[in-house]
Amino acid sequence: MRYNERELLSLARQPAEKAAEILMRVPKKGSVLKKRLVKLVVNFLFYFRTDEAEPIGALLLEHCRITKEEENVFSISFIEEPERKYCFECDSEEQCQEWIEALKRASYEFMRRSLIFYRNEIQKMTGKDPLEQYGISEEARFQLGTRRQ
Amino acid sequence: MKLNERSVAHYATCDSPTDHAGFLRKRVERHHHHTHHHHATSYQRRWFVLKGNLLFYFEERESREPVGLVVLEGCTVELCEAAEEFAFAIRFDDAGARAYVLVADGQAAMEAWVKALSRASFDYMRLVVRELEKQLEEACKSLAACRQSPRRSSSSSRKRHLSNPALLPLQEKPAVLENGYSTWGSGGAVPGGATCPDRDGGQAKPPPLPPRRRSAAGSAAGSPAPGLSPGMTESPVSPETACFSKLHGWYGQEIAVLRREWQERQKRGHP
Repeated sequence: MRYNERELLSLARQPAEKAAEILMRVPKKGSVLKKRLVKLVVNFLFYFRTDEAEPIGALLLEHCRITKEEENVFSISFIEEPERKYCFECDSEEQCQEWIEALKRASYEFMRRSLIFYRNEIQKMTGKDPLEQYGISEEARFQLGTRRQ
Repeated sequence: MKLNERSVAHYATCDSPTDHAGFLRKRVERHHHHTHHHHATSYQRRWFVLKGNLLFYFEERESREPVGLVVLEGCTVELCEAAEEFAFAIRFDDAGARAYVLVADGQAAMEAWVKALSRASFDYMRLVVRELEKQLEEACKSLAACRQSPRRSSSSSRKRHLSNPALLPLQEKPAVLENGYSTWGSGGAVPGGATCPDRDGGQAKPPPLPPRRRSAAGSAAGSPAPGLSPGMTESPVSPETACFSKLHGWYGQEIAVLRREWQERQKRGHP
């Protein structure tokens, strides 16, 4: 699958929602925990060798599951391959919880659900559709139960 | 740079909401190393699917896997001075980056695509969500303010509340909204974001459990599920509804606890 890698690399250089040096292990046989600079930008998690400017890799954070593992550790896995886990060992339980919370909210799908929720609540309370003033009330992405095309 | 391509491809074809889809012709980009030699531009017809900030394209509509992906961050979408009618381009801020030139079947299709793509970025979605979050806070506040002075001459906002069948006429006892959440009586705490302080000194009763929820212990009073973070300052019975993330996190924790308990029971039942 081709993708615009150049733009993704550019995205990796943008200010991050969250960034930290964390021990990371990829789901490959024999892989070990390695210190990485982990950076959350929109719905991508980039990971770098700590002294390099270009990321080794990126994870698209859609349809993923963030799981608390043992102490200080959380993992990211994807719906179609739940046993393949990317593991992250944090410095503290607090840091671990912060990352879990941030990653759970990092997907576009999560934002979509939030938006639909708020839209409904506001409509119930005020009788008005808040999206109308933006001229986007008919857009597919903002409907409850969007139909598939 | 590695990318979790298998998962990305799976996301492209799974049944998560599609924001827009259709056939477009995609200009084939060639690398011109020589001076302006006029190449005949060619186009390939592809099936495009927009999901969030990701634009996938497939060889055929029925293809199981996308042939390509355009990540739509840091780009603009504009009409294009191509030889083709109904052409538009996705251009990236990054200087020297290639543009994607796409051709729609007609005027309406082109406009629909340009509109959908211009609003596809994560940042745009985030902006709208934050704006709505604020609006909900404000709506809650003004609702609470209305309830505190029911004798005041009706303002237009109050009329709106009364006309909403889900909200009964202002009264002392809680009204049940159609989604099962209850509002509480006058003098109630102001629901809002985490930063909004309780102006009434916390004398308000927390809202009762929404009817459809069942607590793990089966107690009607709805004691807080064990394991919930003690740092949460909301009512132990139910989080405030103004912040989706909190609700999401709250129920998620409860589900995690319930799941653990269920798994433990399973283990005991099947040693």
